[in-house]
Amino acid sequence: MSIDVEKEMAAIKAQLEERPGAKNKLSMVVFSGDLDKHIASMIIATGAAAMGMEVILFYTFWGTAALRDPKKRAKGKNFMGKMFGMMLPRGRNKLPLSQMNMAGAGPAMIKSLMKQKNVASLDQLFEAAAMMGVKIYICQMSMDLMGMKTEEMIDYPGLEVVGVATFLAHAKESSIQLFL
Amino acid sequence: MAEHDAVKTLDYKGLACPMPVVRISQEIGKIAVGQVVEVHTTDPGSISDFPAWAKTTGHEVVEIKQEAGLIRIFVRRKK
Repeated sequence: MSIDVEKEMAAIKAQLEERPGAKNKLSMVVFSGDLDKHIASMIIATGAAAMGMEVILFYTFWGTAALRDPKKRAKGKNFMGKMFGMMLPRGRNKLPLSQMNMAGAGPAMIKSLMKQKNVASLDQLFEAAAMMGVKIYICQMSMDLMGMKTEEMIDYPGLEVVGVATFLAHAKESSIQLFL
Repeated sequence: MAEHDAVKTLDYKGLACPMPVVRISQEIGKIAVGQVVEVHTTDPGSISDFPAWAKTTGHEVVEIKQEAGLIRIFVRRKK
């Protein structure tokens, strides 16, 4: 018998490391354009980072509007792009609630309640996420579809515009995958 | 002498979920392995969250003391 045990072990170890869900990592799709869901996604993301997890957020569809910077404007948009730009919320502080929106009274109420109960605001959560290395990806196709441009997005360390395969590659090796 | 020989006290009073665990995850690296830090919080969720955080990150919750209007959590850095 001439089995090289060390070699076998190394092969098994490599296989284990590559198996789906092997990494202490959270991958989340942020699809919704609702304030409440963005608060939830950021609380989970910062919580996971605190638990020592690598965290990937993939913003797509209505979610991308939350990453717009209200101070920035993009030039050279076509008619539809301009329309979407006007219709969609300019950033995370302009998002509606999924329930009890009441023409904008709902979000104001939630924000005042959060302040009163000392719950971190979406701004503070984004700040914490950036500090802890939570990675933000934006779906390239969503931006294209709605005529959004990278230059109108928030300044966030390491923010990248990518395709679905990038997200899936991260999701595959993540022990937790969520969709919000 | 401080209880459990805590080397410092962190004041997280008034903070709500997820900030207590976010803060402790950033502070734990500032003490030496084996040392204990005392956390003051008023967030009832911390009672279950700190042990869950410790279990996942490999640290240890030495003791949780619930007093009137204050929760004291003793955390030992294990690695």
